[in-house]
Amino acid sequence: MEKIQYDYPATRSVAQRVHVGVVGSGDLEVLLEPSADARTHVVVNTSVDGFEATWKNVLDRFFARFDGAVSIEINDFGATPGTVMLRLAQAAEGLRA
Amino acid sequence: MNTDAAAQAGYRRFLERRSFIEMNARERVRAVLDPGTYREMLGPFDRIKSPWLPLQGIVAQADDGVVLARGTLQAKPALIAAIESAYQGGSMGEVSGAKIAGALELALEDCEQGRLIFPVLLFETGGVRLQEANLGLAAIAEIHAAIIALRRYVPVVGVIAGMVGCFGGMSLAAALCTHLIVTPQARLGMNGPEVIEQEAGIEELDAADRGLIWSLIGGERRYAEGFADDLLEDDADAIAAAIRKAVSADPASAAKPRSMQVERYVEMLRKLGPTP
Repeated sequence: MEKIQYDYPATRSVAQRVHVGVVGSGDLEVLLEPSADARTHVVVNTSVDGFEATWKNVLDRFFARFDGAVSIEINDFGATPGTVMLRLAQAAEGLRA
Repeated sequence: MNTDAAAQAGYRRFLERRSFIEMNARERVRAVLDPGTYREMLGPFDRIKSPWLPLQGIVAQADDGVVLARGTLQAKPALIAAIESAYQGGSMGEVSGAKIAGALELALEDCEQGRLIFPVLLFETGGVRLQEANLGLAAIAEIHAAIIALRRYVPVVGVIAGMVGCFGGMSLAAALCTHLIVTPQARLGMNGPEVIEQEAGIEELDAADRGLIWSLIGGERRYAEGFADDLLEDDADAIAAAIRKAVSADPASAAKPRSMQVERYVEMLRKLGPTP
């Protein structure tokens, strides 16, 4: 089990909380809530060790397009990068709901 | 032509049906409660999760796989507890078990003071979480005690929809419910087929033989045996309606709880004539 943390700059403030997904095989849970500063904070808890470079690529790509001062906790049970992107997009969509 | 029309109507009904099985635990609770009344307690952002799984290299889910919500059922105050089967097989750990037991105990306090809260349990569980062993079992025992105490005041309604089913100590919780609803996809039993195969050998039971498994412990069989009160298609609206009907049942006309109908089950066993 590994814990990985990233920070990204953000300009847009966010008021809602969003929860999507489940810590089930090949899936992940995303908890998104407003952050106290003008930054995006990401914490990844994953059961699969040794994929930090992949996580960084996936998250860099997502946050190149997503702007929001949020704290995101990801609880991962071996999701593929595609599933991670879909769950993050689903959480971002939840902010607009 | 008539047969064609009937078949077409059948397909349409099938397509229009909202599958309850395909919903996750949170969606199931929303589908059951009166619209707009869902209020979750100890939700994922409260982060009351398993302290034991990370010590064993397993990532914990923020709600420990149990969704608790208050709301109403036809304007009656209700408490719904749903187990998320995709997380650790819907297993009961210290936290997930305590969430259900604690919520039932609080509902019991309300009932004792004359404020009726109608509890509904949406089972989808392999039973105790082996990684948390005795702590999970202790919580399951508390759930049993709470159901027995609560059903003196209100009907305790259980639902087993599938596809995991309801096993282990939680199968006893289902059996203790005043009213149990199953689908044909549901399974109800003490030991799951994989456990029996592993312990007794494949000659005893082939866990991959789905037809055999469902003929032994499936929803239709359990309903025919009298272990469940409603057998319903996998239809969220039909299940929600059956829950409402069970909740509104007149307590005076309610049958004796299944777990007290000792004679009936002794007679059934005698007919089956099991050999020692």
